[in-house]
Amino acid sequence: MTRGERHNLLKGVGFISPWIIGFAIFGIYPLAASLYYSFCDYDILNEPALVGTLNYREMVGDSVFWISVYNTVYFAVFSIPLGLILALLIAVLLNQKVMGRSVFRTVYFLPSIVPLVGVSMIWLWIFNGDLGLINHAISLLGLKGPGWLTDEQWVKPTLVLSGVWQVGGTIVIFLAALQDVPRSLYESADIDGASPRVQLLHITVPMISPAIYFNLVIGIIGALQEFVRPYVMLDGPGPNRSALFYAINLYDNAFRYLNMGYACAMAWVLFVVIVLLTWGVTALSRKHVHYGGDG
Amino acid sequence: MARRFRKLMVYAALLVGAAIFSVPLLWMLSTAVKPIDQAMSSPPKWLPYQWVLTEDGRETTVGVEEISGDVAPNTSVPVQVAYQWLMEIDGQRVPVMPSADVLHGENVDVTVNFHFQANIDGDWYSAQVSDPDGTLDSDGSIDVVIIDDGGYTTRVSVDTADVRRVYDQTTDDLSASFAQSRTLAVPRESLIKTVIGWDDRSELAHVQVERRQVEPGALSKHTAFRWGNFGKAIYAMKRFPSYLKNTVILCVLTVIGTVISSTLVAYGFSRIDWPGRDKVFLVVMATMMVPFPVVMVPLFTMFKEFGWIGTLKPLWVPTFFAGAFNVFLLRQFFRTIPKDLSESARIDGCSELRIFWQIILPLAKPAIAVVALFQFMGTWNDFLGPLIYLTDEKDFTLALGLQAYKSQTGGTQWHFLMAASSLVVLPIVVLFFLAQRTFIEGISMTGLKG
Repeated sequence: MTRGERHNLLKGVGFISPWIIGFAIFGIYPLAASLYYSFCDYDILNEPALVGTLNYREMVGDSVFWISVYNTVYFAVFSIPLGLILALLIAVLLNQKVMGRSVFRTVYFLPSIVPLVGVSMIWLWIFNGDLGLINHAISLLGLKGPGWLTDEQWVKPTLVLSGVWQVGGTIVIFLAALQDVPRSLYESADIDGASPRVQLLHITVPMISPAIYFNLVIGIIGALQEFVRPYVMLDGPGPNRSALFYAINLYDNAFRYLNMGYACAMAWVLFVVIVLLTWGVTALSRKHVHYGGDG
Repeated sequence: MARRFRKLMVYAALLVGAAIFSVPLLWMLSTAVKPIDQAMSSPPKWLPYQWVLTEDGRETTVGVEEISGDVAPNTSVPVQVAYQWLMEIDGQRVPVMPSADVLHGENVDVTVNFHFQANIDGDWYSAQVSDPDGTLDSDGSIDVVIIDDGGYTTRVSVDTADVRRVYDQTTDDLSASFAQSRTLAVPRESLIKTVIGWDDRSELAHVQVERRQVEPGALSKHTAFRWGNFGKAIYAMKRFPSYLKNTVILCVLTVIGTVISSTLVAYGFSRIDWPGRDKVFLVVMATMMVPFPVVMVPLFTMFKEFGWIGTLKPLWVPTFFAGAFNVFLLRQFFRTIPKDLSESARIDGCSELRIFWQIILPLAKPAIAVVALFQFMGTWNDFLGPLIYLTDEKDFTLALGLQAYKSQTGGTQWHFLMAASSLVVLPIVVLFFLAQRTFIEGISMTGLKG
């Protein structure tokens, strides 16, 4: 290392020192401690006691754990594709040259920044079984709407449907990608007589596949950690545990039952699943995602 | 032709979608400015209204049952008028409940409701005072029983000057703990019949309703937004001022912390060449992958060791140590600033800190704005953090306070719940409109560029 390099190293490390300190205290230590606790019986009142892989083995036979896994997978499987497709359609529409485009963009984006607790209150009111706006609209059709938040069959669909309202961030990322698709591709497709549907599937989707990949990964990470809306709207587990999502179950174990070791083990399982899914999606994307020449 | 049709379809789809997307926020606002009976009426109406009865030049809001079909002209219609009997006690007008025979005899039996309050550390608590007439006049202190913040009955000794008698004006007063009532015989002419607004009938004490037939011409229906609901919701949430104060404190501290630390760290990762830099940066990026639940428990136990649980510290101190996401955003931006700028400054003998402060930071204002904005919103909206670390209601943030209020009222006062939600939501919406460009740029920056 030359003197100059050493000098730069000192300066560089100096500048990033806040991160180094923070990483040690709020990063490495909690990560290591969490992994250690996951092999312990720990209730915060007493010192953690090593129990080997007991927490992980307990998970396998814990029916509540599997309910929370089922609920979370259900939520992810429906809400991620629904959100992606809807966001893509809206982004394609917003990408057309129409009057008042910026107004439309604002209207579609705004919900995504509304505080989640506020959002939960709004949906509680709109999906209210007796007085809610949705059931009123359904009654206009001569039908009777369900108890969206009281009937265990409808709780998760309600959360999926209402979650779609906040796809603004996904839309903006799709829009940015759409604006980079060369116009000439569509023009030559028009000349060849390709229908809008064919153009969407064969030009748009491949050209913006990096954005789809990015939104998919973000979507997975978000959906598997869904917490605030079910927690606030259903005061935790919901009717017959129908809204007991993984993150809520984890929170309950940690802070309600003080099964902190078990909670940490659950968190590590979640972490590993997220890493594996991200890795899987990335591997898939290598085959299917098209990165443009300048990307 | 086909092209025009397509454009029309795009328009129609955008309009329908926009209508659906606007409904939730508009419905929240609409409910927030309604009286409760209209909020819960079926079919729902978008605009709140009120019926005004004009008699002898005076206007009164009254209750009207919705008339179906045509009303023949000059037929009188039934309306409901709310009123109270007021009586002057100790220089103030107090609502009282007369016994049935208010119209007969010299004297009328009336019920007066009141309770005592004791001032403890600046807050007035409903109190039970034994033998008030004897001890309130005496000097010195007096024993009172109150229900403390934890819900426990406690005996406290307070100065007699800190005890007061409150005549109940509202239904809330009537249900205060240790509420008392007395029946007094009073001269009939000391009672004043006072008509009150129709909306106030559920809030004021001892309200009675009478039916009257009036000329249809004297009645009119107006759109009337109940802006007062916001004030009432704030009052109903009790600790709203401290929720707001805590939230603002946290927003300010976290924005300061994030801007200072993230710009420094991003500078170190972009404007100085040092061996191993990009490998270390990969570690920074990797930390973004770690889900919060993984570190949640150890962070909690660590903050507990620090004695920080039940304080705001766990929510702002970590922001002074640079979050990966913000570092990433700023680094992307710093890299677009030409190297020559730094180089020539270095040749001129500028210190690195001065280059950072005088050259790079001014150029990076747009990116710093994005980071500050995201942090502000993140703090304002955060729910899980406050839920874990804050224990005492006086330390709650708005997000947590709103949830606490909802749990307390259990979904009955929808107009107040929507008003309270609006108060949490609207500042963010306003901020969005003020900084829309920064927002959209920021989101696109997080996506794919670079």
